[in-house]
Amino acid sequence: MRKITYAEAIREALRQEMRRDENIFLIGEDLGIYGGAFGVTRGLINEFGEERVRDTPISELAIVGASLGAAITGMRPVAEIMFMDFITLAMEQIVNQAAKMKYMFGGKAKVPMVIRTPAGSGTGAAAQHSQSLEAWFTHVPGLKVVMPSTPYDAKGLLISSIRDDNPVIFIEHKLLYKTTGEVPEEEYEIPLGVADIKRKGEDLTIIATSIMVQRAISASKELEKEGISVEIVDPRTLKPYDKKTIIESIKRTGKVIIVHEACKTGGFGAEIAAIISESESFDYLDAPIRRLGGLDIPIPYNRNLEKNAVPQIEDIIKAAKELIGK
Amino acid sequence: MELSREKLIDMLGKMYKIRFFEEKVDYLFSLGLVHGTMHLSIGQEAVAVGAVSALKSDDYILSTHRGHGHCIAKGADINLMMAEFLGKETGYCRGRGGSMHIADIKSGNLGATGVVGGGIPISTGVGLSIKMRKTGQVVLCFFGDGAANLGAFHESLNLAAIWKLPVIFLCENNMYGMSMSVKKAVAIKDIAKRADSYGFPGEVVDGNDILAVYEFVLKAVKRARKGEGPSLIECKTYRWKGHSKSDQNLYRSKEEIGSWKKKCPIRRFKEKLISKDILTEEKVKVIEEDAKNIIEKAVDFANNSPEPSVEEIFEGVYS
Repeated sequence: MRKITYAEAIREALRQEMRRDENIFLIGEDLGIYGGAFGVTRGLINEFGEERVRDTPISELAIVGASLGAAITGMRPVAEIMFMDFITLAMEQIVNQAAKMKYMFGGKAKVPMVIRTPAGSGTGAAAQHSQSLEAWFTHVPGLKVVMPSTPYDAKGLLISSIRDDNPVIFIEHKLLYKTTGEVPEEEYEIPLGVADIKRKGEDLTIIATSIMVQRAISASKELEKEGISVEIVDPRTLKPYDKKTIIESIKRTGKVIIVHEACKTGGFGAEIAAIISESESFDYLDAPIRRLGGLDIPIPYNRNLEKNAVPQIEDIIKAAKELIGK
Repeated sequence: MELSREKLIDMLGKMYKIRFFEEKVDYLFSLGLVHGTMHLSIGQEAVAVGAVSALKSDDYILSTHRGHGHCIAKGADINLMMAEFLGKETGYCRGRGGSMHIADIKSGNLGATGVVGGGIPISTGVGLSIKMRKTGQVVLCFFGDGAANLGAFHESLNLAAIWKLPVIFLCENNMYGMSMSVKKAVAIKDIAKRADSYGFPGEVVDGNDILAVYEFVLKAVKRARKGEGPSLIECKTYRWKGHSKSDQNLYRSKEEIGSWKKKCPIRRFKEKLISKDILTEEKVKVIEEDAKNIIEKAVDFANNSPEPSVEEIFEGVYS
């Protein structure tokens, strides 16, 4: 099959969906000629024009508000917030308005909107351009939260997110944009709320999100050389969340490491750990649940400090060996 | 005056409905029958009715925490409003929204928000959607003087201006953001003046003169429909009651409140219609009685309506 990058997969999903439904439009900062800060929307303005690839002033709150107003009156906006850090500027419209509207109005409003935003560190952009804030949004009923880790997932999950009638926070990872993978040319949906087993294994389950899925895969290849067989579960969407796949995996392996880039304290890994503890999979555990997350610090600038702030391949290998007792 | 006799009488009737609805819910609150708080717009009826009367029925409005008047002006079913107020399953929001969140999407009432200024960014999206769908509608966004100092106001008015969106930004300046006097909160005399900085018209209107409100909003509506973009209209008015039920009116004097009660927008409009021989005192009495009856029936409807079922508590979180 054809291989394309994660960024190209997202662009292809946008293009194909915009061709399919003229009510879909893009809105955000520097999306048009510039192509977005990471080039994801590059070229789309040539096909769809300024109306549907809509550049905005630097007004994050208004970007989300404009998306919301358009969504409740028949359009299907896909907003881009240039860096996930800047989503803080739009929180009122996301949390108080978009997430609540349907329920608060007795189920009558329909809010089909997507907010795409790149998260994560590793680019040397320091504390205000490197955060992973996904856990905040899982804490708000009414929102869906999606975090693709591969080009294939990015395309299918974005198509599903655009077709979903709820507000979806679609979190991309900057370091994944240039990674490649097999992606079908035709349109396809990956249902929200279905985890994917990225690698089958027997000795240990690693539950990883976003870029940590790739790091876990690299780690598992090293661990395999030492006779440790790792199963990797990628939830793909944090809300809704596929408990069953995780529980079943742990029942098979009896050991689990949860890895995410976001700060460990209050990170979504804590939720996963709690779900495991509350479920029948707890009885199958023969070692404590292990969590790897970002340090509780703002992301530092210095290359080495930055690297040490979030889990790396070697951290996953070390944790796996400790858990296995090797 | 381009308004028909029927429309003028309907406008007066709506003002009475708003006044009596709010007096009634205030009374129900005093009896301990209302679960939450409420924000009454008594004294501001001319703004809601005057502004919404300048719209067509398929135009949109966005309302505020002080939104009962906007809702009634848009033609809401008072039974469903009252039922919502009392938290009943038959209410507009199935008892999940309450006083602060009444919405009727189908009729173009895109809802009231409890967050000051929360509707302003949304209105730009509604305007954008109208423009992209080419429907010729407009959206009227109500907000208060307090909301005009939010970042949301700035971002949204600028966005509407650069895209020439069909939005009427209607600032209901009732002189206080909770207890903060607008004189202390804003260093300029008129909030409407801020429109200059975005590049569209801003008008100051006597918000207790329903026909003036109507006239200025109609002008803005025509402009919006022609594709010329948004307008900001500041209606100066006054809320007679406190901000919410916790308000003890410690920040303003009885004399001040009394002076505004003398400028009652309903009495003013009524007297005007009588002086123009459109109505007589007797006919006004009939309109008042009709309005009161509608409110009483709504209370009966609400009281006789079922409570929402706890088994259905999750319904409506997601589509």
